[in-house]
Amino acid sequence: MPGIRSIAVALFAFAALAPPGTSAEVTLSGFLQQNTASNTVTANPDGRNYKWLEERAQLKLDATGDAWRVLLKGEVAYDHLGRQDEGELREGYVDYAARSWDLRAGRQVITWGLGDLVFVNDVFPKDHEALFAGRPLEYLKRGVDALKLGAYPGFASFELVLARFRESRTPDAQRFWLFDPMPSVANRDRVKPDEGDAGLRIYRDIAGYDAALYLYRGYQRTPSLRPNSMIAPTRITYFYPKLSVYGASLSGRAGAGVLSLEAALYDSRQDRSGNDFTVPNSQTRMLAGYQVQPVEDLTLNFQYYAERMHDYGAYRAALPAGFPVEKRVNHYLTARATQLLQHQTLRLSVYASYNPSNGDYFVNPELRYSFTDRLWGAVGGNLFGGKPWGQFGQLSRNDNVYLQVRREF
Amino acid sequence: MRRWWIWIVAGLLPLQALALSGEEVMKKSQAAFLYPGKDFKARVMMKLINKDGQERLRELTMLRKNAGGPGGDQKYFMYFFQPADVKDMTFMIHKYPARDDDRWLFVPAINMVKRIAAQDKRSSFVGSDFTYEDVSGRDIEDDNHIIERQEKVGNRDCYVVKSTPKGTDADFGHKVTWVDTANFLPLKEEQYDKRGNRYKLFTADEVTDIKGFPTAIKRTMKNLQTGHRTEVAYIKTDYDLGIEDSLFSERYLRQPPRKWID
Repeated sequence: MPGIRSIAVALFAFAALAPPGTSAEVTLSGFLQQNTASNTVTANPDGRNYKWLEERAQLKLDATGDAWRVLLKGEVAYDHLGRQDEGELREGYVDYAARSWDLRAGRQVITWGLGDLVFVNDVFPKDHEALFAGRPLEYLKRGVDALKLGAYPGFASFELVLARFRESRTPDAQRFWLFDPMPSVANRDRVKPDEGDAGLRIYRDIAGYDAALYLYRGYQRTPSLRPNSMIAPTRITYFYPKLSVYGASLSGRAGAGVLSLEAALYDSRQDRSGNDFTVPNSQTRMLAGYQVQPVEDLTLNFQYYAERMHDYGAYRAALPAGFPVEKRVNHYLTARATQLLQHQTLRLSVYASYNPSNGDYFVNPELRYSFTDRLWGAVGGNLFGGKPWGQFGQLSRNDNVYLQVRREF
Repeated sequence: MRRWWIWIVAGLLPLQALALSGEEVMKKSQAAFLYPGKDFKARVMMKLINKDGQERLRELTMLRKNAGGPGGDQKYFMYFFQPADVKDMTFMIHKYPARDDDRWLFVPAINMVKRIAAQDKRSSFVGSDFTYEDVSGRDIEDDNHIIERQEKVGNRDCYVVKSTPKGTDADFGHKVTWVDTANFLPLKEEQYDKRGNRYKLFTADEVTDIKGFPTAIKRTMKNLQTGHRTEVAYIKTDYDLGIEDSLFSERYLRQPPRKWID
């Protein structure tokens, strides 16, 4: 368990090296958690009946001085479904803050953009498996090992991220029924980029609106598949195509609610002509969201999201026969309703995403209750449907209900 | 006869000049209660107690900065210590008297700053019996204010002011506030529902002087219809600390400076 070992080392190093008399405030906290997700339609490809079944413990150390801070968040888990080595450094970084700049070095979670489970400018790695397996929301994001520099010269704020590439986690084919264009090829390998990636976010207030520009140069976070032969493939290589993203966002008050607008150009640097069917073509992504609170403790959030493929003709021409054909434009509508009750200790929420172009849908209802200030539990479900190769349609046999219970200390 | 009449008027004049209108009392009360100092900081311990006595604790640091004088724009910054599932969460409000607030929330679990829709100032503040308006104030112009009488609360002389919403959007019918005639702090307030039943009771339970500003460091809001109440204690309260404008920004929402949140 490298994560846990590095936390232990860091803890000892901190205890040993922290100069006596420094005005650091050290807090230790954490939680114990049980998380179960049970299939409601059919067993997993591996024959098991659970998408997730584990006990997990987190230990968090937070040491804060005047200009610096050290945060270590490590977890160990016991997985009942046979995964080994479930120790992980979720976050572990050092912060330094000067008057007009700051720095964060280490493993950290970075979230850009405004979307609710829709990602336009959030180019950082995610854990899609966590989302579909009924894990708490924080597991949707994976940390990256990065150096983040902030500069605040007054006219705008700048955030520069230099990171080691880390991929998004996709659902495990042992646990999830997934679309596979070449199911007979068992020999598969994975090639990760050797180089890192870089992002820059520039943001400021413009007439009461939060405005931001985003630039990213790196790689797709989810892999593409390349067979060694189209006629008689014997090996498939997973790889992460080169990608640059240029985007912008704006959010602010509009009428009674909050309006969010976001757009980005996905420049597929490895296939600018669109002739390589294994690499996603360049895209334009757009998002418009509107959030209102019609009555006390009820929040509604609606989103319209569209993805438009560039060089569609080249894509169609290059696509081999028998492969599912993607649409030039994909539209998604999402809605979330959140109702807080009982002095905000009971939360009912429903998230639904629907793609009218191909019938893809994903629905996630959840009920969460805080029994005390330190003990909460949630029950919910994940429902999928649509075309067998669609983003959510391919998951249609993976419907599950889940339980999360967490005791914080 | 005429001369006698003039003397009566002359006798009444000073009284007329000294007497405050209901609106003036509430304006002074707002200045004393919600606007003292250029800025303000407190560690707020909020106990939510249900009718069976079960307690939940909300602990936060609240910072406030005034942009102008009483009744003007304000900025609030809050950092949550407890409960555990919202530890490190921060919350910012830019409050404008004549229009809806701007609100931002930083969710540490996914490291994301979100704007929050906020047209409902009467909604509960972090699940307590206090509404956002109870915490950061209600526009004076939204209500008609009439001084009904003067009476004592404890040993303090108070104006008793009845405030009735001008519009129909308020969730209450009217409220009655006991405002200290000397320092203009509200010592007691009763809120009535639209049917005229008393449903919420505010009391300032302990008032102390901090840097010359009388401050209600203990206060309670009780829902008389459900029996639920919220007890608030301000500790480490201070004024005029020189909080910079830059604190109220996305940068510090994500990384709140220790010197301000301690």
